[in-house]
Amino acid sequence: MTAVLDRAGESTSAHAPVRTPRRARRRLGDVIVPVFAALAFVYLLVPVAYTVVFSFNDAGKTNLVWQGFTLENWQNPCGAPQVCEAFANSLQVGVVSTIIATALGTLVAIALVRFRFRGRATTNLLIFLPMSTPEVVLGAALLAQFLTLRVPLGFGTVVAAHVLFCISFVVVTVKARVAGLDPALEEAAADLYASPWQAFWRVTFPLLVPGIAAAALLAFSLSFDDFIVTSFTSGSYTTFPKFVYVSATRGIPPQANVISSFMFVLALVIVVLVQVLGYARSKRLGAR
Amino acid sequence: MTTTVDPGPRASSADRTSAGGAALEVKGVTKAFGSFVAVDDLTLTVPSGSFFALLGPSGCGKTTTLRMVAGLEEPTAGTISLAGQDVTGTRAHQRPVNTVFQSYALFPHLTVGENVAFGLRRSRAKDVATRVADGLDLVELGHLADRKPAQLSGGQQQRVALARALVNRPALLLLDEPLGALDLKLRRQMQLELKRIQTEVGLTFVHVTHDQEEAMTMADTVAVMNHGRIEQLGSPADLYELPRTAFVANFLGQSNLVAGTVTERLTERGLLGVDVRGTRVLVPEDRAVRTDGAVLVGARPEKMRLLVGDQEPGPAENVLGPGTVTDVSFMGVSTQYQVEIPGLGTFGVFAQNLLGGATVSVGTSVRLAWAVDFTFGLDGAQAPDEGAVDLDDEL
Repeated sequence: MTAVLDRAGESTSAHAPVRTPRRARRRLGDVIVPVFAALAFVYLLVPVAYTVVFSFNDAGKTNLVWQGFTLENWQNPCGAPQVCEAFANSLQVGVVSTIIATALGTLVAIALVRFRFRGRATTNLLIFLPMSTPEVVLGAALLAQFLTLRVPLGFGTVVAAHVLFCISFVVVTVKARVAGLDPALEEAAADLYASPWQAFWRVTFPLLVPGIAAAALLAFSLSFDDFIVTSFTSGSYTTFPKFVYVSATRGIPPQANVISSFMFVLALVIVVLVQVLGYARSKRLGAR
Repeated sequence: MTTTVDPGPRASSADRTSAGGAALEVKGVTKAFGSFVAVDDLTLTVPSGSFFALLGPSGCGKTTTLRMVAGLEEPTAGTISLAGQDVTGTRAHQRPVNTVFQSYALFPHLTVGENVAFGLRRSRAKDVATRVADGLDLVELGHLADRKPAQLSGGQQQRVALARALVNRPALLLLDEPLGALDLKLRRQMQLELKRIQTEVGLTFVHVTHDQEEAMTMADTVAVMNHGRIEQLGSPADLYELPRTAFVANFLGQSNLVAGTVTERLTERGLLGVDVRGTRVLVPEDRAVRTDGAVLVGARPEKMRLLVGDQEPGPAENVLGPGTVTDVSFMGVSTQYQVEIPGLGTFGVFAQNLLGGATVSVGTSVRLAWAVDFTFGLDGAQAPDEGAVDLDDEL
């Protein structure tokens, strides 16, 4: 990198002595930043592209070598044994943990911002613990507890574990939104005859919705692709990441690529849709 | 309490309308935050249909008082009654009181129309649409009902906040420095507007402000607050002409105050003779807070006039001086003089420019004269500059 800079600097000063070095450096920056950005994107997207491309592979026994193009995998995504069952399990765990973690996390966030109570500072600190603990440690500790308490491993234990680590992310996300909310709004609602219950649902909640939605999306994606904690707490219950990991030893079926690609495209569509809607809305407000 | 709709505002709204606003009674109310006493044993009565102003510097407890009346803060002691009914134990949503908040507190996710309808919907009022339209017309914003608050100017938001409170026809409308965020010109305009609306709807308004000019131009009755207590309560003219404490004398307009001692009582003429550093000054007995010992003798700057050279005072005038003119500010309608009298301090004199322009220049030796009838006497234990605008504090 330094070599490139030096050489480029020399060449500009040699050919155009009038140009100040500062301008030359800026021109260089104009070129280098997009190049590095492009390289970074390539680096990030190659594995994704690989996954998508190999979802069209006419794989025989293993999906490691390109064997030829086919649409068969996409026409029959549940073709491989257990792949759709694992996918359905992941969706189920994701949805249930997201709902529980978002509901509890939102309540915790409101309590932490709006109320002064004994142990508030401690709670504020402890809420970061699941985020900062290494997942392996968290998973092992949970497994040890479940075994000691003789809780049968399965859907229930996986959800409990996922709620545990998702809740911290929800609290952190929603807390920022609650802190930005003018307390006078709730007072105004109370002043306008709204009971605490009505004030919450008519004023507080609608204003928190963007934060809660962001937190829910985050929780879902964390839960959906979690492998480490899940593998400790699931027993024989299989989620999609676990299925991929287990089948890696004998070759991942192309159907797994299909489902992964589908999830990627779905996420992309959602992001684009949100952006377009947001843009249209801001334009409409601005036009008035 | 969670599911039942409180009957408070709904039940009273019917009989309230005919009454046209109810009286507020605050009795012995104290509010302490830890060891800090924000409001100290406060008692006041606001007559029905009047425009009442709570005036005081920041931190004097006026906003806390308002919040207790609204039900947003619970008094540590004392009772609050609305239209003869004790509401001390009820919560904000159960009181037939509405507030215009300093920050307006408009709901950003609702349109202007929905904001105004909020209270009516909660109290299950009839003809919500008509009343919202009427309310917005009253503040001349009918055409903006579909906008979001963020799309309005500060002045428009302020009027929406006012309409949102007024449509509920509350027994009492509380205004928490609602004009503080507006620029001077808009503020003057809104003051007149508020006064017009108050006269039009005939509701009881309680207005909290630190702007003495605002309080005087708008209110029927002004209560001057300081350190959680009411210093003095009365009509703006009474407070201005006859302040009873040094704080009121200085906070409401300007005053010239000098320390003195009562030396004689001229009972037959109803006057007190006060010795001010060797000069005898007369104070009407009924305008003095105390009739013996140490007092502060005061007069407003516009009541004073300059005596130049051998000009003689009138028969019923007090005279102080001589002193030296240290500053002359020409203000158009009037000229403000600063006169330094050795041993007594600096006096302000406002002279109307009846003859055109300033007539006395800096450095001139003058005496000050003013009518005995306009002199007032305060308790001498107070600091003569209490409540005066301190430039260091303002910055």
